[in-house]
Amino acid sequence: MSAFANQLPIGLSIGAVLLLIALGLTFTFGQMGVINMAHGEFIMAGAYTAFLLGDLVPALPVAFLVAGAMGLILERVAIRHFYGRPLDTLLLTWGVSLVLQQLARDLFGAPNVQVPAPSWLAGGVGILPYNRLFIMGLAVAGVVAVWAYLTRTGLGRRTQAVVQNRRLAATSGIDTGRVDMLTFFIGSGLAGVAGVALTLVGPVGPALGTYYIVDAFLVVVAGGLGQLRGAVLAAIGLGLLNSYAEFWSDASLAKVIVLAAIIAFLQVRPQGMFVLRSRALT
Amino acid sequence: MLSVTGLESGYGRARVLFGVSLEVGPGQLVCVMGRNGVGKTTLLNTVMGVLPAVTGTVTFDGRDVTGLKPHERVRLGMGYVPQGHQCFPQLSVQGNLLVTLEAAKQPKHAVDEALDLFPALKPLLKRSAGHLSGGQQQQLAMARALVTRPRMLILDEPTEGIQPSIILEIEAAIERLHAAGLAVLLVEQYLDIALRLADTFVILDGGHVVRTGTAEDLHREDVRRLLAV
Repeated sequence: MSAFANQLPIGLSIGAVLLLIALGLTFTFGQMGVINMAHGEFIMAGAYTAFLLGDLVPALPVAFLVAGAMGLILERVAIRHFYGRPLDTLLLTWGVSLVLQQLARDLFGAPNVQVPAPSWLAGGVGILPYNRLFIMGLAVAGVVAVWAYLTRTGLGRRTQAVVQNRRLAATSGIDTGRVDMLTFFIGSGLAGVAGVALTLVGPVGPALGTYYIVDAFLVVVAGGLGQLRGAVLAAIGLGLLNSYAEFWSDASLAKVIVLAAIIAFLQVRPQGMFVLRSRALT
Repeated sequence: MLSVTGLESGYGRARVLFGVSLEVGPGQLVCVMGRNGVGKTTLLNTVMGVLPAVTGTVTFDGRDVTGLKPHERVRLGMGYVPQGHQCFPQLSVQGNLLVTLEAAKQPKHAVDEALDLFPALKPLLKRSAGHLSGGQQQQLAMARALVTRPRMLILDEPTEGIQPSIILEIEAAIERLHAAGLAVLLVEQYLDIALRLADTFVILDGGHVVRTGTAEDLHREDVRRLLAV
């Protein structure tokens, strides 16, 4: 029974990390239709930022800025020339992802590195270790921040408008290019924060991002494109499903179970949990 | 105010407009008419920069805007209400108005001015725009364009698929705006509405301008034949 209960914080914290990653993806993928395979490398960049700084707390804002800047540069230099060409974007960002992984190998070496966890995160309450609680808190803070940004600021409102009807936003006077740029910055920055969180639960390596990127895309698709509450529910669901499937079987069978569950779910709801709906002429 | 010369555009390699020219003078209401598929919406989309012009120029207020992005044209004073009562469905009615207000950097009372013209929206401010009826969404779409304080309004079939009572309200609103001196470029399928509103008209057929004239000319038999299905 206690082993069963122990899976709960593990599942929730995996869900929390997935959520931080998916928050960014749900906007770049949901808003712009960009399948950014290099998003995983922004996680890795965040994790190495924590490694370089050697301290968790200052690493959080720095990783946000580092990963955000990387995303911004990628969008400005490459991705924006490929809007409306999803397959080309997929190949392009996959290539960028491989380049970034090799860059990390050259800079930090191929073996994994460890970021020392701060002493104040040792221990826990009951079945909840402090480090996993911290990750969950980080995800909650991330969701609240994104929600507040979207609903309480003018820029966020413009972002929502672009997500919901891009062409109408443009002809209503919204500079969609600037909104895209900013969205890429914030989305990539959140991946960096997720990377810092991951240093609490495991080692850091050049391929860190590849372990999470596919699951994060699954969260976005299952939750519904560009839908905040969908991403939250799907991330928690996927995190719990992952950890319990691993608990009852083994790591590779768990992956099969999770993928099968998502395929089955998308058969029933191909648009994900939440969809944009409006009365329209068509 | 707006002058379009030799405009050609289309979708990819499929050309839709072949050298369209038209003029909208200050305070003038010009109605673009024609059967389905003759290029009316394509014309408006090219005028707004949603579609690139292959050749030809669009000049607004003496300034060549042919290469500008849609949002830059909005900031110069071109207000656009596209076809199909579009909105941002998950934003509230108020959010829909505020988002354009902020993007156009207009003062807050621009919203009140727009609501004065469409008082039916006032009790709906907190509602999600996606939950409104088609007629309410069309009124919202027009209010949203007005919030940018345009010097010219470009309307694509504002009465399409809307119940008759609201059509009358929309027509009255266009009339008031026109009377207040706003230039309007209107695409309209209903001949009687066009007759009541237009100063001049332009009839498109097969991507060409085939006839222009004043509202009186619309009564002529040969003109009506161009509009008959």
